[in-house]
Amino acid sequence: MSHPSTYNPNSGLEKWLDARLPILRLAHDSFVDFPTPKNLNYWWTFGGILTVCLVIQIITGIVLAMHYTPHTSMAFDSVEHIMRDVNYGWLMRYVHANGGSMFFLAVYIHMFRGLYYGSYKEPREVLWMLGVVIFILMMATAFMGYVLPWGQMSYWAATVITNLFSAIPLIGDDIRTLFWGGFSVDNPTLNRFFSLHYLLPFAIFGVVMLHIWALHVPGNNNPTGVEVKDVKKDTVPFHPYYTVKDGFGIAVFLVLFAAFVFFNPDGLGHPDNYIKANPLSTPASIVPEWYFMPFYAILRAITFDLGPISSKLGGVIAMFSSLLILFVLPWLDRSKVRSMRYRPAARLWFVIFVVACIALGVLGGLPAEGRNVLYAQIATAYYFGFFLIILPLLGIMETPKPLPRSIADAVLNKHKPEAASGGAQPAPAE
Amino acid sequence: MIARTTIFAALASLAGMTAAIASAGSAKEAEHHHWHFAGPFGTFDKDALQRGYQVYETVCASCHGVEQLSFRNLGQKGGPFYLNTCPAGFADNVDCSNPNENPIVKALAAQYRYQVLDGPDDSGDMVERTPLASDRIPGPYPNEVIARLANNNALPPDLSLITKARHHGPDYVYSLLIGYADAPATVEITPGQYYNPYFHGDMTQALKPEFLDAEGHVVDGVVVPVGGVLAMAPPLVDGIVDYADEATPETVEQYAADVVEFLTWASEPKMEARKSMGVMSLIYLVILCIILYWSYRRVWAGLKK
Repeated sequence: MSHPSTYNPNSGLEKWLDARLPILRLAHDSFVDFPTPKNLNYWWTFGGILTVCLVIQIITGIVLAMHYTPHTSMAFDSVEHIMRDVNYGWLMRYVHANGGSMFFLAVYIHMFRGLYYGSYKEPREVLWMLGVVIFILMMATAFMGYVLPWGQMSYWAATVITNLFSAIPLIGDDIRTLFWGGFSVDNPTLNRFFSLHYLLPFAIFGVVMLHIWALHVPGNNNPTGVEVKDVKKDTVPFHPYYTVKDGFGIAVFLVLFAAFVFFNPDGLGHPDNYIKANPLSTPASIVPEWYFMPFYAILRAITFDLGPISSKLGGVIAMFSSLLILFVLPWLDRSKVRSMRYRPAARLWFVIFVVACIALGVLGGLPAEGRNVLYAQIATAYYFGFFLIILPLLGIMETPKPLPRSIADAVLNKHKPEAASGGAQPAPAE
Repeated sequence: MIARTTIFAALASLAGMTAAIASAGSAKEAEHHHWHFAGPFGTFDKDALQRGYQVYETVCASCHGVEQLSFRNLGQKGGPFYLNTCPAGFADNVDCSNPNENPIVKALAAQYRYQVLDGPDDSGDMVERTPLASDRIPGPYPNEVIARLANNNALPPDLSLITKARHHGPDYVYSLLIGYADAPATVEITPGQYYNPYFHGDMTQALKPEFLDAEGHVVDGVVVPVGGVLAMAPPLVDGIVDYADEATPETVEQYAADVVEFLTWASEPKMEARKSMGVMSLIYLVILCIILYWSYRRVWAGLKK
């Protein structure tokens, strides 16, 4: 949170620099002496984990780009060249490929954490919206990266996804032609995807900076959702308290990461991507990477025409809406209570929401036939219903549990539940 | 709290889920074979790799290439013919651990069944020459058109990544090689096609006309056999490859197991390096976790009175 600077330049050089570019002051006030609520749990370590993921992807990606050839006739072989002949190339590629999955795993946990603890609510709306921008940029980057090895799944995923844009009325075909750089997925498509796949991570990096800036103005939310009342009692300096806690969280996460990279590096991928792209042979089933499956399921759930909107366009609209709706979430949820710890009804609906998202993920990987379509439609309806109906209504109808007076109160009374309910004041009901 | 554990368990299962989704299709599930390279500590059986290379060169290479492999790969660390030191009789300045100087690899390249196309030479002509250790292993056909002409319009796939390009690749390739069977009585197999229960396919196409009704649907009570037909004749028969080691049985099962060991190495020659680095990395990370957890408790101890 905004706080008076405590930076004290010690050496002459530091004083000299501080008078000209106070960058060390900024770093000190942001990452050393930044007052952080003392009750953050492990779900809050995913911000640091995501930063690590981004840095790992950029470093391994830059090395891979030194050895990769973005040409339809050479891309596949250049990836195998990396796997076989480049020193530790197999390590770079497996870290990068599994890093994508780890990045999405972490970002989904980070987002569900934000949803559960109401981290999108006033005064953190911009922080949340920047997060949604990062998420969308991540999806675009991951999709284009998956195309680069030019395997069967690369090629056919590119074909399916770029064809979606042709559903847009009037300009759809032109947009698709622009993506393709021609009249089918071909070398120009691969070239522009490579160019953008290299560019977008730096755009993500920029938005991450804004995300951290927007975090440091109001400061962290916390599991109680109660704002910091007294900096001395409620907060601790970011360093060493959270550097060490985040460090531990990151190390545990890296154990999972390493387990995939070294012992099941292709477990999250599809075998068909070890077959060279062949425009004349369609794979038995075209499935996206696991992290796109919930959105793929929403896309395929719209199997019916709605007036002038064809089922294809409807699916595209539903899929993009499922992302865009996150931008307006801060204004859909009207409850003044942030944390669902004190919103028993909302918590129940939230658990169902998580189940619906996972169900969509499973259904996205199954053939869209029979009962699967109906299940995907139900889960899609719940996804939108949660944001558009349940959260707005809960804000009016729900009676939250009493909130603790302060973060310090909540921490001190953690082991004395009686005292917590006795000493707390009821939250203002809407 | 229920919500927390539910979310975590659910996300964990989502992460592991994709591996479980197998593509739809009718084929017998691959036999599970115990592989020397299986598991976190699994390594390649060097003898099996050498025999597998022999099976590949004698049998598979008649139709299939391994375009990602060079002869030198055979002599690199972890490869079938890697030599730590030279055999007796070599000069001191020869380093046989260098794949390009490995005498076995040089001999294998020089005696290979196909030539390498090189050039243009000084007069502008392309020339065929004997392969060197540094060359890619040449395949049987110069291009796809000739490959199809020679194989009844079927294209024999390159085998350098075959065990990674199929679900449960090693088990699948092994099962396919040993799994050829006589076609069930309900189906009619066209000449040049061979029935294999492990091959993904749709045997409805091959049902004899008397088992289909007027609209082409399967008659009630008729079971469509699992598996499919492929253009590859059963490639292995007992005794087709002559192993130098008399103790190793010269059976279809042994050949199949050996060639799958070789092809799995060909798919990922760096597997052993990956697993050994993985063990060290995990040990390092677990120690790091312990130290960081201990530091965390220690730093926070002053706060939690």
